[in-house]
Amino acid sequence: MNLSLKRMLGLAMIAGGLSAGAAQAQTTLQFYFPVAVGGPITKIVDGMVADFEKAHPAIKVKSIYAGSYSDTLTKVLTAIKGGDVPQVSVILSTDMYTLIDEDAIVPIESLLKTDDDKKWLAGFYPGFMENSRTGGKTWGVPFQRSTIVMYWNKDAFKEAGLDPEKPPQTWAELVSMGQKLTKRDDKGNVTQWGIQIPSSGFPYWLFQALTTQNDVRLMNEAGTKTNYDDPKVVEALQFWVDLSRKLKIHPPGIVDWGTTPKDFFERKVAIMWTTTGNLTNVRANAKFPFGVAMMPANKRRGSPTGGGNFYVFKKSTPEQQAASLVFMKWMTSPEQAAKWGIATGYVAVSPAAFETEAMKAYVKDFPPAAVARDQLQYAWAELSTHENQRVTKALNDGLQAALTGAKTPAAAMKDAQAEAERILKPYR
Amino acid sequence: MSGAAAPATTPGSAPPRAGRVPARTRGGTAHIYGWLLLLPAAVLLGAFTHFPAVATFVESFYSTAKGGRPARAVGLDNYRTMLEDPIFWKSLENNALYALGTIPASIALALLMALWVNGKIRGRGLLRLAYFTPTVLPMIAVANIWLFFYTPDYGLVDQITKLFGAGAHNWLGTRGTALVCLMFVTIWKEAGFFMIFYLAALQQIPPVLAEAAAIEGSGRWYFFRRVTFPLLMPTTLFVLVNAIINAFRMVDHVVVMTRGGPDNATMLLLFYIYEVAFKFWDTAYGATLTMVLLLILAGLALGQFLYFDRRVHYR
Repeated sequence: MNLSLKRMLGLAMIAGGLSAGAAQAQTTLQFYFPVAVGGPITKIVDGMVADFEKAHPAIKVKSIYAGSYSDTLTKVLTAIKGGDVPQVSVILSTDMYTLIDEDAIVPIESLLKTDDDKKWLAGFYPGFMENSRTGGKTWGVPFQRSTIVMYWNKDAFKEAGLDPEKPPQTWAELVSMGQKLTKRDDKGNVTQWGIQIPSSGFPYWLFQALTTQNDVRLMNEAGTKTNYDDPKVVEALQFWVDLSRKLKIHPPGIVDWGTTPKDFFERKVAIMWTTTGNLTNVRANAKFPFGVAMMPANKRRGSPTGGGNFYVFKKSTPEQQAASLVFMKWMTSPEQAAKWGIATGYVAVSPAAFETEAMKAYVKDFPPAAVARDQLQYAWAELSTHENQRVTKALNDGLQAALTGAKTPAAAMKDAQAEAERILKPYR
Repeated sequence: MSGAAAPATTPGSAPPRAGRVPARTRGGTAHIYGWLLLLPAAVLLGAFTHFPAVATFVESFYSTAKGGRPARAVGLDNYRTMLEDPIFWKSLENNALYALGTIPASIALALLMALWVNGKIRGRGLLRLAYFTPTVLPMIAVANIWLFFYTPDYGLVDQITKLFGAGAHNWLGTRGTALVCLMFVTIWKEAGFFMIFYLAALQQIPPVLAEAAAIEGSGRWYFFRRVTFPLLMPTTLFVLVNAIINAFRMVDHVVVMTRGGPDNATMLLLFYIYEVAFKFWDTAYGATLTMVLLLILAGLALGQFLYFDRRVHYR
């Protein structure tokens, strides 16, 4: 009696220990993500996370919608200062230097254990990796990546007597077609603009399309020097300014990023440049046939890449870091990347994703989905330096000054470069 | 009499002392009660207002800690940087313009609306409600509504101006109009709030004054200038203090509508502080800018109370 009681107690203790062990084995990850394009993004992300948890019962992921890209960075950096840090988060690829300078993230190589892991990291489009590497290390994993593409309204092209299947291929064509597409009423007020390139919030990104097409890089690879006052940069800005101020085929002043798709839907503008991340949004809301094309070339074709990478944070346990790797590998696996790309319009991050059945069927049914991928070979890294926000603001201010006519393009870029020099000097 | 009183005041005699001791204890406990009652408020104020202010002041003399590098004392460096920072000066200038543009207009409008809805007109309750609605709405929601108003071409403002033959105008995207557009939102938002105070004050004014003035044969404007307005001065002072504080404190609509652009044309001091501290993560420089804001606000409040207090007629 006494003995069996003891034995039972012992068994109970073992059982208790086992179940406690099982509970400990479940690793919890906090995952912050931003939303930067239209559509039910939070629902899509939560759905993917739920699928992941089903496939990996040992890992629990708390997905937290953290606002816009800059809100997410703010929340993460505040959390680091306050102590309650997420283990993994999607943040702009360009915030890499900021996160490194804050000593917040770990290089992805430090997480890799097996050959399979290494093969995975080598599987992304090189265009996306430009913004994910510095100093010989990889700091971010491409996830919601995009480039800028050109959307055009085929009806408007027809009305203007243009071939609706032939978007402008060069800057010169952009100007000549834009002139035909700009419609004025009898009082001379414009009712439809030829082309619209948004310039609120982050004009530097759209501008970088122009500079890339003009064959000039805005910064060096170490992120310590900018070339804002390069003559080719000034030339690119002059072109943008001329579109609105001289040729009058582009709306004047600062054009809002957020309302640009709406302007397009409302037929206020015939051609717009915006992220490929808006593709699904445009497909759902444009009441007319539209086309998607690579942006026109000047000296070359080109677009900056954009969008967000996964980062893994230093303040996490080895188990959490291992779980983060499993999570990122799953989220960027060909099937999931394809699913994500189809649901949003973001460019699936690896060639393998475009080889999946789902993606092949989607591209066949909706060829514009492949435009961003095809443009990737011409894409360069998005502007990113140390003190990124500040250095970028210097350029943004200069661009807006030139676009609103407060400064000439040359003067604006000279001032922006001087400001960037001042900020970046300590990093060389 | 004095003979009878003498024993009572003799030192060492029991009854008077017995009477004095409880009195002293009462005074002592009242002291403690007083402090205890003040304690919650004092702790909250100390922890969330005064300590942060002092900490900010101290931080403004240090560099920003980054990753591995801890903060170090840099003396007045941050202040020197600030004096050479064109965006800081631009934000100060904008803020001054913004204050000048919004405060007198919203106060005048508030007074006008209060006088109107104080009169005996039909639908007075509804009208009061309508004027007060902007105050109830959250600023972020309001800013988003106004964002639509200002949208070029198909926004409300452009649709109205189009009726008069004007073309599309990019209100928020042009340097000359962006700040003025923000001012309108603020005036629209603030006037209703200030109106409530004026309305309450107007109802405190005894009607006999109006009757007396009517008997004396004074006109309405004269009555307003000589009676109503002076009697409203305490309210005007209160409203003015609030308006000035708000002119430096409200930036929600900047965040939603322009983010300080185009080219810093709508950069207000508080928004710049937010950008520097929470976007650039230069917290030390943010602290320096904050000190300027604190100084401005403290100076304005002090000046108002010291100067106007003497000229305001309190009943």
